Amino acid sequence: MSTPTVVTCGADMFADAVAGQAVDVQRVDWRPPMPGTEADLATVATDPRRVEANRTAVEAMLGVTAHLVDVAPASEVLGLEQGQFLHAGPPIEWERASGPLRGALMGGAALEGLVDDPEDAVALFESGSSVSLEPCHHRSAVGPMAGVVTPSMWMWVLEDRATGRRTYCSLNEGLGKVLRYGAYNDEVLTRLRWMGDVLGPLLQAAVRGTPEATDVTGILTQMLQMGDEAHNRNRAGTLMLLRDLSPAMVTSAEEGGFHSSDVADVLRFVGGNDHFFLNLAMPACKLALDAGRDVPGSTMVVAMARNGTDFGIQVSGTGDEWFTGPAQVAEGLFLGDFGPDDANPDIGDSAITETAGIGGFAMATAPAIVRLVGGSVPDALATTRRMHEITLAENPRWTVPVLEFQGTPTGIDVTKVCRTGILPQINTGMAGAVAGVGQVGAGLVTPPAEIFPKALAALAARSAQAEVEAGRSL
Amino acid sequence: MSTTTTKDHVDHVDHVELRSGAYADSVTLLQVSRAVQATPGVVAAQVAMATGLNLEVLEAMGFAVPPASGNDMVVALRLDADADVAQALQAVDTALTPTRPTTGDTTEAPPRTTGSALRRTGPGGAVALVSVPGASATVEAMDALESGHDVMVFSDNVPLAEEVALKTYASSRGALVMGPDCGTAVIDGVGLGFANTVRPGRIGLVAASGTGCQQLLALLHHAGEHLAAQGTDGVGVRHALGVGGRDLSAAVGGLATREALRRLDADPDVDLVVVVSKPPAPEVAEALARDTDALATPVELGLLGRGQRDLTAVAEAVLARLGHDAPDWPVQGADESAAATGPLLRGLFVGGTLCDESMLLATEALGPVRSNIPLSDDLALDPGELIADTHTFVDFGDDALTQGRAHPMIDPTLRNEQISRAAADPSTGVILLDLVLGHGAEPDPASLLAPAIEAARAERPIPVVVSLVGTDLDPQGLSAQRDALVAAGAEVHLSNASATRRALDLLSNFEGKAS
Repeated sequence: MSTPTVVTCGADMFADAVAGQAVDVQRVDWRPPMPGTEADLATVATDPRRVEANRTAVEAMLGVTAHLVDVAPASEVLGLEQGQFLHAGPPIEWERASGPLRGALMGGAALEGLVDDPEDAVALFESGSSVSLEPCHHRSAVGPMAGVVTPSMWMWVLEDRATGRRTYCSLNEGLGKVLRYGAYNDEVLTRLRWMGDVLGPLLQAAVRGTPEATDVTGILTQMLQMGDEAHNRNRAGTLMLLRDLSPAMVTSAEEGGFHSSDVADVLRFVGGNDHFFLNLAMPACKLALDAGRDVPGSTMVVAMARNGTDFGIQVSGTGDEWFTGPAQVAEGLFLGDFGPDDANPDIGDSAITETAGIGGFAMATAPAIVRLVGGSVPDALATTRRMHEITLAENPRWTVPVLEFQGTPTGIDVTKVCRTGILPQINTGMAGAVAGVGQVGAGLVTPPAEIFPKALAALAARSAQAEVEAGRSL
Repeated sequence: MSTTTTKDHVDHVDHVELRSGAYADSVTLLQVSRAVQATPGVVAAQVAMATGLNLEVLEAMGFAVPPASGNDMVVALRLDADADVAQALQAVDTALTPTRPTTGDTTEAPPRTTGSALRRTGPGGAVALVSVPGASATVEAMDALESGHDVMVFSDNVPLAEEVALKTYASSRGALVMGPDCGTAVIDGVGLGFANTVRPGRIGLVAASGTGCQQLLALLHHAGEHLAAQGTDGVGVRHALGVGGRDLSAAVGGLATREALRRLDADPDVDLVVVVSKPPAPEVAEALARDTDALATPVELGLLGRGQRDLTAVAEAVLARLGHDAPDWPVQGADESAAATGPLLRGLFVGGTLCDESMLLATEALGPVRSNIPLSDDLALDPGELIADTHTFVDFGDDALTQGRAHPMIDPTLRNEQISRAAADPSTGVILLDLVLGHGAEPDPASLLAPAIEAARAERPIPVVVSLVGTDLDPQGLSAQRDALVAAGAEVHLSNASATRRALDLLSNFEGKAS
């Protein structure tokens, strides 16, 4: 034994006493945990499965490489049938659905021809007959903002080559008046039809015609080095995707019966939409996180998602259970003369990026957007560093140059959130509260704090149960 | 640049201009728009690159925008009719001028968990010292064990089941849990918690007892000092590993004691190991004796209990094993004419083990004594009571008395009140106290205790006997503390056993007189 460095957690006088003996002291800025969590924290902390379970979950997550293997309609790849609607976030019914979710569902019903006028869809959803709502997450999919998916929408298909597992996401429509923000006017529906008729099939031909499947995880690695945090900024990622898909798009257009003007339209549409890659970043993150699911004893968050009314999380050690609380309204900047009163509470599955350790967690790497979410570059560095306090690991692939290439904080730990009270930082867009309005701004938001103690209590109950089953008695 | 100013409403003026070649990113422009909107006279403002989307937004706001490309910046302002356009444009320009912090603040926020702090210390030896409230201590301690470090848990009120879980995990990884409720540790001469400063030597201590550990540190330091003056070095403590008062209970089974013994046995700088403990579970004590026999380093067991040696006798046995005679343990302020003023002994302690040791000695002489940490359950003081119509011993450091309150080594209020109560009780014959020095303790504890002693003796000339546990290297200064207590009328011993025997002698004199 030799003279150690001492880490002190608690009374400062002990730290002072050690420092007074000329020994290095690192002081913990300890504060009481979230109210009422002490006993559950101790139960989970001493769960003999936890350490190994979290290692297993993290390694499984970090081991996934997402490849882009196909683009196809939801009816084909998800088995979605007429009248079935997927949406973002935890489960919700029409009665509690927020404006943007309702708007997107109404537009989706019109797109599928269930109604002629989107306004008529209100009665359809109120009746509840011949329509059903289901979270994207329940079908291995993720949806940005309202996240509404209907059978005819084309989906990105990502695959983990090692296991054959797949995840899915719709194609990004661009900004402003778009379905995912709850807009459903003719222009929105016209664009969606073009996406179904031209964009989807051409991308399918391009993906199928590209000899090497695009490594989406690899693009994420590169874009983080290029100033994208892959949630609110996907500019580099979008251009790298175009670089990969353009040659095959051109060569396959003729065989598929497309005009060169269709190719030009697609290239223009994709190149002009900086968020296009977001819909690949999201399923790539989900593919990785799904690998970390269902490890008994693990306290790692595997999904954060919002439906515009509720914010929900799922945790590796508690299966498919959702822990929910009221979604918050983001703080941020508004388009035009929109203001905070116009904004809907937080919505979308895109927080899957933060769950995987990018987006708000990688703020430090995206100086171009830091002002949107915190004001200054030092704030961005602080945000990423703060997230290291609540995560289990650093992602060795996704690194931040300005932080000496430290890996992004990865694998949110329910216990650390409850211990520190630090909530995950999420970069997000803001939808208008009224159906049909569309985007009103962008900013930053956190989950409602109470969902983490809820998840912790469920983990503690399972720990206690496991103790009983293992026949351990203390 | 193209500029149009139109009066489109009765009371509003729209000003729209295009700035070719100007560029700012969309986030900056959202901020600029917001800043300009806050300017007096501005009803609405939108400064944006003329992309399709932004043009739509502008159109929706009712602005007439001339033909523009995505590389143009549009400044669109809606002003009160009497507002100054130039002033509003000035606000636009100001908002567009980049403002940067003059220095890049790269200071890292402090770590928020023990695990985070240990990651930052990097590879190499580190030990965590946890002193948060007991309900949160286990979580912090697990952080240290998970990352392969030893931990000292100063916190009390940690549930027994959590202690077992922590120590079971630690022993599977060769890590050491000192505590919970571990007040004292010395690692290679560095004191943690309430530790005395001692001259290093070649003795290693394992202590399931905080103040028991401090008593041995103080006695061995004194003896070592005495021997050093005669030219003999090496009598002193190199490591003192506290393992928590429950470690040798049946439930914990000595898990930490075993790990501590393994460490000390492996240390080439340790010649002799001493184990000191509150009364252990008999089967654990037996197993411990077997384990220690198997070690290469000799072990002296100092396990308190009925019929066992007191701590001073243990210190003397240690010295004997090293081939030295024990010195005379110092006593100051002895008054040969002192006499007990009543039949009962009141022991008021801050150190649990010192209280235990005194009770064991007192029970031999006086029969059963009542206490909040009784030697058997039937001797417990009633809840909330700290005094009874019999000999009474109180440990003010007990968990029940430190909930929501600092340890009495830091906050002496409760004990001082009780000294006053004991003095007011005519049956009180002798007051027996302890005072413990070292890191973490009050900087001048005698200045708080001496007035309480003086006040008690002003009530009646009650003999007050104090065991003062400390070394001349402690930050408080042993002699200054001793002198203050002597000046207040106390008789001061370095050995708690000797102080207790003195109190019992005084009491027996009273009983002699009474009969």
